[in-house]
Amino acid sequence: MNWIFFFEQCLNGLQFGLMLFLLVAGLTLIFGIMDLINLAHGSLYMIGAYLVATFAQASGSFMLAVALGLVATAIIGMAVEVLVLRGLYKRDHLSQVLATFALILIANETTRAIWGVQPLSLSVPAALSGSVELLPGLHYSTFRLVIIAVGLAVAALLYFVVVRTRVGMLVRAGASNRQMATAMGTNIKWLFTAVFGAGAMLCALAGAMLGPLLAVQVGMGENILILAFVTVVIGGIGSMRGAFIGALLVGVVDTFGRAFIPTLLRTALPPSLADAAGPSLAAITTYLLMVVVLFWKPQGLFPAGS
Amino acid sequence: MKKTLLCIALAGALSASAQAADKIKVGFISTLSGPGGVLGGAIRDGFQLGLDHAGGKLGGLPAELIVEDDQQKPDVAKQLADKLIKRDKVDFMTGIVFQNIMQAVQGTVLGAETYYVSPNTGPSNLAGAGCNPYFFAVSWVSDSYSEATGKTMTDKGLNKVFVIAPNYPGGMDVVNGFKRYYKGGYAGEAYTKLGQLDYAVEISQIRAAKPDAVFFFLPGGMGVNFLKQWHQAGMGKEFPLFGTGWSFDQDTLAAVGEPTEFALNTSHWNLDLDNPANKKFVADFEKKYKRLPNEFAAQGYDAARLLDAAVRDVKGKVEDKAALGAALKAANFESVRGAFKFNKNNFPIQNYYLRQVRKDDKGRFVNKTVGTIFTDHQDAYVSACKM
Repeated sequence: MNWIFFFEQCLNGLQFGLMLFLLVAGLTLIFGIMDLINLAHGSLYMIGAYLVATFAQASGSFMLAVALGLVATAIIGMAVEVLVLRGLYKRDHLSQVLATFALILIANETTRAIWGVQPLSLSVPAALSGSVELLPGLHYSTFRLVIIAVGLAVAALLYFVVVRTRVGMLVRAGASNRQMATAMGTNIKWLFTAVFGAGAMLCALAGAMLGPLLAVQVGMGENILILAFVTVVIGGIGSMRGAFIGALLVGVVDTFGRAFIPTLLRTALPPSLADAAGPSLAAITTYLLMVVVLFWKPQGLFPAGS
Repeated sequence: MKKTLLCIALAGALSASAQAADKIKVGFISTLSGPGGVLGGAIRDGFQLGLDHAGGKLGGLPAELIVEDDQQKPDVAKQLADKLIKRDKVDFMTGIVFQNIMQAVQGTVLGAETYYVSPNTGPSNLAGAGCNPYFFAVSWVSDSYSEATGKTMTDKGLNKVFVIAPNYPGGMDVVNGFKRYYKGGYAGEAYTKLGQLDYAVEISQIRAAKPDAVFFFLPGGMGVNFLKQWHQAGMGKEFPLFGTGWSFDQDTLAAVGEPTEFALNTSHWNLDLDNPANKKFVADFEKKYKRLPNEFAAQGYDAARLLDAAVRDVKGKVEDKAALGAALKAANFESVRGAFKFNKNNFPIQNYYLRQVRKDDKGRFVNKTVGTIFTDHQDAYVSACKM
């Protein structure tokens, strides 16, 4: 094993973690602050990716498509919040799970009816499609570096908004005590709608950043949703800091597991056994991480309100 | 009173059997929704075109096609098969895309002695010791494509190959087929989680291993993800990519585009195979559906043509199961793949071709046939079949 390979895998882990963070940030905002289990979060991600791909095909500009896609997805998200989810805040989590699961089915079938069953193609803008030589002998995809940059920028922005601004203060107030915030004159209803819109926007951003790497197809949201929930649970439900650390941890552990466990096992075990166990073990590292974290910290790494 | 009822029931039964002779019912269970829905849709379109070409009839009798969506769920498929066999009393069954769905319904269908013509999945157990006189595949055995890829890579003298496939029984079957015919050495092997999204790790591993070429088998969305990321990492220029035809079917090429260019892949069929049946099929498919057909559509088309020929050969007497089986086995029709015949296990003896993805004169990405890998190839399981 050489250092270039190791460094490249570190970058892969960082990139995978930040890509997860884009999704998890929205999920934890909605889950932690609004106390709503939104299984349809993955559907918003899918809708975002489809919209960006469609706008990109129509306009020919990736940047314009991302901007339009973000706004459109935020509008769709807010419409869903007003029409469907608003009635669910007072219900228990089971009702929320059932209702948002129904939303997944509706979103999938609607997407299929509009765009068909074929995956959509979304290409990287030509300027970002090459690779950069970071170190001698280490070429890394420019677009993956952009994902890293976007992820870090979003994390910084969210931190600033939630901790340093008046809007962030209202959001935190609404989350910790809804009645009291209302009594103090905050319009919680519309605040939550805005939070949901922001969450949807982050989904669309994730869809736009991942669309060129992954197949834009019906059901793409469910594939990634489980990993997103694992990350939320590891990081601590409702904590933005937890979401960030959790996403990076999951990204790095998953990447290193896949990159090194099969090789390491081959040095320790007979080849046939190592070949059988390696891929299976590499596939479950994130879940092992979750078990370990929950064993020592049942509330996750950074429980909200701590 | 009881007698009257009995009479009515008898009359009903008689008229039902009289009706069965003047039309042919085909039960078509396929995956038409969800991520796998593209495949079922292609098979259905191909089958429908086959029916259209026979004037909406099978062997001269009016045909009724009952299409059902299994949603890629074995339990749903099992219920649909029960319904089609017991209530609709279909004469034939066809349509299934995935092997696990086939496993769920094969007991129901084959146990009821209903002929099943597979337009896609070809489980190796049904080709070997578990072969069944009521099961015919117009497609292949699940590892035939990768056997052909393995042979190609051996013939090209490659000796340092990297293998990547998902870690599940279907993926391992395909890799075993590959290894049966690939005789060179390995630069590395990566077996990923089923449904994995990001392949950056494996692409870095491949780059570090510096192979002569890469054999990849990642069906469906996994393959699309891998190809996009492969292209983006600039790997296509350095390492030749070999795959099975399933990863490079026409629908995938249309959706993924440039990342697929120059990839080599194997199939028993291609758009440009030079025979009259295929020319007519490709032209009419494009006219009707406004897109080019893929192998799944070609298999659906052949399934319809096979049923048409078999019903014609028994002159519509589908109740005579033995004669019908012999007529199916004779495969008295012009296949779009060119000449083929059924082996003793009811799987095809056929050619396999090497194809390369290129741009055609209209700027579309299509497969060009660049060679014949196997001529009249038999699968590896036929010797175990005691039929």
